Amino acid sequence: MDENVVLTARGITMTFPGVKALDNVDLTLRKGEVHALMGENGAGKSTLIKCLTGINDFEAGEIHIEGIEGPVKNHSTADAQNVGISTVYQEVNLCPNLSVAENLFIGREPMTALHMIDRKSYTKRARELMNELGIEVDVTQNLENYSLAVQQMVAIARAVDMECKVLILDEPTSSLDEGEVEKLFTLIRKLKEDGVSIVFVTHFLEQVYAVCDRITVLRNGTFVGEYPIDELPRVKLVAAMMGKDLDDLAAIEKEEIDTAHADMAISARELSHTGTVKPFDLDVYKGEVVGVAGLLGSGRSELARVIYGADRASTGNLKVKDADVNIRQPIDAMNLGMGLLPDDRKAEGIIGELSVRENIILALQAKKGAFKLLSPKEQIEIADRYIDLLQIKTASRDTLVKQLSGGNQQKVILARWLATDPDFLILDEPTRGIDVGTKSEIQKLIVKLAKEGKSVLFISSEIMEMLRTSNRMVIMRDGQKVNELTGELTQEDVMGAIAGGES
Amino acid sequence: MNKNNTSIWTRIRSSALFLPFVCLVLVMAVNIIYDTMNGSNPLTFFIITLRDTTGNGTILYGRIIDILNRGSEAALLALGMTLVVSSSAGTDISVGSVMSVCASFCCMLLAGYGVSSTNDFNVPLVVGILAALILGCVCGAFNGFLVAFLKIQPMVATLILYSAARAVGLLMCNDLIVYIRNDAYGFLGGFCGILPTPIIITAICIVILTLVLKKTALGMYIQSVGINDKASRIAGLNSKMIIWATYVLCGLFAAIAGVVASSRITSADSNNIGLYMELDAILAVALGGNSLGGGKFNLAGSVIGAYTIQAITTTLYNLGVSSAQAPVFKAIIVIIIVAIQAPPVKAFMRKRAAQKQTVREGARA
Repeated sequence: MDENVVLTARGITMTFPGVKALDNVDLTLRKGEVHALMGENGAGKSTLIKCLTGINDFEAGEIHIEGIEGPVKNHSTADAQNVGISTVYQEVNLCPNLSVAENLFIGREPMTALHMIDRKSYTKRARELMNELGIEVDVTQNLENYSLAVQQMVAIARAVDMECKVLILDEPTSSLDEGEVEKLFTLIRKLKEDGVSIVFVTHFLEQVYAVCDRITVLRNGTFVGEYPIDELPRVKLVAAMMGKDLDDLAAIEKEEIDTAHADMAISARELSHTGTVKPFDLDVYKGEVVGVAGLLGSGRSELARVIYGADRASTGNLKVKDADVNIRQPIDAMNLGMGLLPDDRKAEGIIGELSVRENIILALQAKKGAFKLLSPKEQIEIADRYIDLLQIKTASRDTLVKQLSGGNQQKVILARWLATDPDFLILDEPTRGIDVGTKSEIQKLIVKLAKEGKSVLFISSEIMEMLRTSNRMVIMRDGQKVNELTGELTQEDVMGAIAGGES
Repeated sequence: MNKNNTSIWTRIRSSALFLPFVCLVLVMAVNIIYDTMNGSNPLTFFIITLRDTTGNGTILYGRIIDILNRGSEAALLALGMTLVVSSSAGTDISVGSVMSVCASFCCMLLAGYGVSSTNDFNVPLVVGILAALILGCVCGAFNGFLVAFLKIQPMVATLILYSAARAVGLLMCNDLIVYIRNDAYGFLGGFCGILPTPIIITAICIVILTLVLKKTALGMYIQSVGINDKASRIAGLNSKMIIWATYVLCGLFAAIAGVVASSRITSADSNNIGLYMELDAILAVALGGNSLGGGKFNLAGSVIGAYTIQAITTTLYNLGVSSAQAPVFKAIIVIIIVAIQAPPVKAFMRKRAAQKQTVREGARA
């Protein structure tokens, strides 16, 4: 093995019933490098990681780790940790109701001579560890008191502290805002200096170029290639991931709205929800796409939730198509022609153990009521139509939705709302965790909906995609609607507005 | 031909009902072996004959009939319990007590308060029974309110009626065992033609509930809420009302079971009706292969589970185990059945089957 190489995986092959998830895939990790693992949804990134960490039992191929004779085969995450491979997943797998220190040492608590948990020393060690990594937290506080970003860093700290050589970060940034991402990157760079090799999986291309040294690209379960970062500019990376040249994303043509003559879709006055979003006014016209920009936690999701009745409004009133309405819960909003695709797909989107078909028809069925069951034929028709339209990759319409990849789950939820034929659709981070090709499909779909006379409220962390599709941008800061921008906008204009200040 | 056979076999094996059914068959097998060893007809278990009795005229007689008859209450409770488990990931432990209070209420109305024995009805029979069913719904509504709207853990919420309902029943009956010495009342726990009435009542309930779940979206709603109630709410379901409704239904089925149990002994014995029945109901749901963690459910599995429990009891009596010792053997059998269905064991079996399959394919090649 090469001096510098920490881990090599050669010819990894793994089949799931009916699908070859990985076919002869290689991965080489060098000491102290940040290595991006890139590919579209279903390319096999997660499967490969699970092979490394012992969750998946791969059929062929070998993994070699520096300092260990012979091929290594992990059978559990504990095995993987023993050979120095730690993983931090997108969803933080820690206990929110325990303190930071407890989370750091859970399962490997320092013991006193009497075999009791040595609380004093572990609080001390936790503090040292956090200081060392430059994470500012009170280790005695419960983890749930901290933002998701801090929780993620605690998870990383825990992983790093277990003498890890290889740290795998699976979509660590997908729920972080920009400031938090920067903090995470500082931590990553520090770990890199300490000689930890990091595998970084993300959908954000710019982040790859911000921290990574090398890129391995997978496509449809096969190995496309390994490239040093300077030899693979963005366009080439996307092309490698998709296996074709990218459609011109800027080619979306949005329709201009004449607000003076357009009909009103919704009109909110002084609407608020105590504790999350301060009173705001908002008008959305028929056929209009309105983008909502702001940092995570700025109240952009909450603004949508109040309109939809997911959180009941504390003050203010709402007009839908010029009629006063009282929305007490989501079904009221749905009956007024609304739909909400929530940002937390796992907690509020999918019904994991129901089939793709049931997940797609759920909202439509809820709207029709319990006693007007859609016939099996209608259900199949609707499900198939949207599986086809959104190109949902699923073994069949009766596959459990939890077995689909994240991006495809997102499409299923999108299908659920499209099936209800809404007049006013709220999309909260519809493209999160979705591959580049599908992103542009969804953006085109949004514009198409608007052309059909529907209105869309589009919330996203990616300002560019909102600019491409929206007629107007609403800016949120600290739970307050601070601005509305119209006209030709650049990313800088929007970021300036989000940041605030008198510039 | 061979290939076709395998695929049917695989389809049967992967059916959710496969294991519950196997368990029931196992219990039957024990009977067959015992009967054979005893020198009697190996199929004694399955023999159903017509017999003339003095009280009930010509009736069907046999062990299977007995199991179906005696297992009726557990099956009825299992129906409601399945829905409650699915929607709220919790169990309603008050069903046994609710059975008792509904039976007491029915008998109190029929006999009049403070009367311990009566030959004539104080109110029409239908009124008494309907009142009991309504009381069952009220109990269920109370449980459901605590669980769905006040978000109290189901076990704790139903603990209230678990301890209180039976006592309320005693109050209603003025601490007496109320006897209704009237054939009309005994009908529900007796015979309807040649069949025991409880079997017919249970069958009707199963059919109606199955139809309701199949022909409306309720089944999907309940599972959806049980799997992810937040997401269900966003998708337009009224999670609270759905959970509440399952508790009301559970109370209704408990009331039906209570009336049947009371009719069997033509009296309201508050202290004993439905005693420990909640445990059988929960066990039936588990034996039916349903996760007690909520979500997906399989009604038929629960029903088979309920009859399996009764079959075990009947078998043990048949083997001459005394009623005092029966629970020990029952426990052993339950451990085995539950273990067979445990995920790690299932996974192990599947792996072995897959290995065999590869070997077979290898041999063929």
